[in-house]
Amino acid sequence: MSMINGIAASNGIAIAKAYHLAVPDLSFEKTTVANAEEEISRLDAALDISKQELEKIRENARVSLGDEHAEIFSAHLLVLADPELVNPIKDNIRNNNLNAEAALDETATMFIDMFRSMDNEYMKERAADIQDVTKRVLAHLLQASFPDPALIDEEVIIIAEDLTPSDTAQLNKQFVKGFTTDIGGRTSHSAIMARSLEIPAVVGTKSITSSAAQDSMIIVDGIEGTVIIDPTEDELSAYRAKQEAFEQQKQEWAKLKDEPTVTTDNVHVELVANIGTPEDVTGVLNNGGEGVGLYRTEFLYMGKSELPSEDEQFESYKAVLEQMGDKPVVVRTLDIGGDKELSYLQLPKELNPFLGFRAIRLCLERDDIFRVQLRALLRASVYGNLKIMFPMIATLEEFRQAKAILLEEKDKLTADGVSVSDAIEIGIMVEIPSTAVAAKQFAKEVDFFSVGTNDLIQYTMAADRMNERVSYLYQPYHPAILNLVHNVIEAAHAEGKWAGMCGEMAGDEIAIPLLLGLGLDEFSMSATSILPARTQITKLSKADMQQLSQEALTLSTADDVEQLVRQRTGQ
Amino acid sequence: MAEKTMTITDETGVHARPATILVNKAGGFKSDIQLAYNGKSVNLKSIMGVMSLGIPQGAEITITAEGDDADEAVNTIAETIKSEGLGE
Repeated sequence: MSMINGIAASNGIAIAKAYHLAVPDLSFEKTTVANAEEEISRLDAALDISKQELEKIRENARVSLGDEHAEIFSAHLLVLADPELVNPIKDNIRNNNLNAEAALDETATMFIDMFRSMDNEYMKERAADIQDVTKRVLAHLLQASFPDPALIDEEVIIIAEDLTPSDTAQLNKQFVKGFTTDIGGRTSHSAIMARSLEIPAVVGTKSITSSAAQDSMIIVDGIEGTVIIDPTEDELSAYRAKQEAFEQQKQEWAKLKDEPTVTTDNVHVELVANIGTPEDVTGVLNNGGEGVGLYRTEFLYMGKSELPSEDEQFESYKAVLEQMGDKPVVVRTLDIGGDKELSYLQLPKELNPFLGFRAIRLCLERDDIFRVQLRALLRASVYGNLKIMFPMIATLEEFRQAKAILLEEKDKLTADGVSVSDAIEIGIMVEIPSTAVAAKQFAKEVDFFSVGTNDLIQYTMAADRMNERVSYLYQPYHPAILNLVHNVIEAAHAEGKWAGMCGEMAGDEIAIPLLLGLGLDEFSMSATSILPARTQITKLSKADMQQLSQEALTLSTADDVEQLVRQRTGQ
Repeated sequence: MAEKTMTITDETGVHARPATILVNKAGGFKSDIQLAYNGKSVNLKSIMGVMSLGIPQGAEITITAEGDDADEAVNTIAETIKSEGLGE
């Protein structure tokens, strides 16, 4: 056995076989073959098995993601059966005795180039579809296994360098028991997804892809942040016991599911959840969430080939609002750019994407995209308790402009006889230091604040949270961060508004006593963090935490703050 | 030979989804079926062919078929275009 340390990204213990998710080497040589007909049967076999795989992927996608997402694979299947693709390849093999790999590549490249050169972004994007499909066939011709998360049909632990949003979108919780990656941190996309899927994960191991062989037994300990490869029988039974204990702990937490979150001195705070899709709502309710504090709408836009339509978005928003009933649902408008790209928008590469054209900046310029989302939200507003939040607001002008567009669309809908709720609160995400500092001015115009700590910390400390070499600067307890959060909460309360937090920090056991003391009204976190947080808060006194946090604001370093909290709360 | 001309009314034109449906329908017939738009004609059984036409809203398209089941093929495809709200 061997043990590798990483970052605990999602709670729990998973024990299963390793499944490597990596694109194999698809290089080949162009050669001539003696028997063309044999070569053609080899091609047919590769096409057949690719078709079977795609059918399976389509079925899995249908079950886990819905018909809409499955549709793209129907198009992929047709590409494999396309006479204009298959016949020229076969002719080429027959007439020139070319090997199947080279013949496939020639014809596919011709189509890919043709679509790429078309004067239409949507068509350009089709080139990627053809590439995807033909790569699969090529892999089969080369007898290289082409792993696909949606193809998995036995219990595994996924091993990858990193997982992309579309990889994670295809993970089927029934079979994927956990995952572990070489890169990433607690706030990287894959980690956030793991928590929302409630599967154990350890990220940032640096070496798991080179250490664990395919099908070897793996234990992912998402509590400690360790991965054990080829465990001994003793270790297996020890971890099975730990897994059991964790399940029991979960059951303990579950007892608080329908209880309010009240401190020992009778102060109520709201514990709500971060979600990415309507499917996540079940997890929120099962974990006793009092609402949704952050609905990340990007997932509607990612992993597809075109912008989602107004109706498609409306259905998703409506589904979330209806399931949540009268509980609040804070929807964040499109936050794309930075580490979240949309290939079909063909945005130019930026040297510094996190400081570039993203989120509200993009939405205000591409208001054609923005308006579609706002209309879908407004139409859905009558189905529940909707609050709309704009991301990456740096100046009041941006907020005013975004709000004006929202109100324009509302008026248009009302004029068309569409009913829209009149009680929609409009707030902003506070993730840029300028906004945190000028919170007083913002508080006069917004209905609420939600502090997005993942970005606020990286912008305040000027440290890329994906860069492991500077990850030590990601310091949620740094007095600078606490003072900014304090300023935001004070500003909100002075205007009778509420302040929430929707970053990872809101569910952190060291941060919770501090945030409670600073007066935070709403804590939004991964659904699985809600019950542990409730357990913790119901044992704390707000008055004591006020004292604690005032002291923390004056300390010199993040370490000092952490020590103080540990001392006072006995953690 | 059977032939029919129609106008695309769907605001996104013939994008991946409707193209998938049409190609699947066409595949069910023995006849050779062609789709023409803007002076270019492609095999309607080819998803990449159909997609490559980049047919937008307002486009006038012509479906032609040659073979034993040509009439039925053209009618079925025209019906599908209508029932999918793709054109008229």
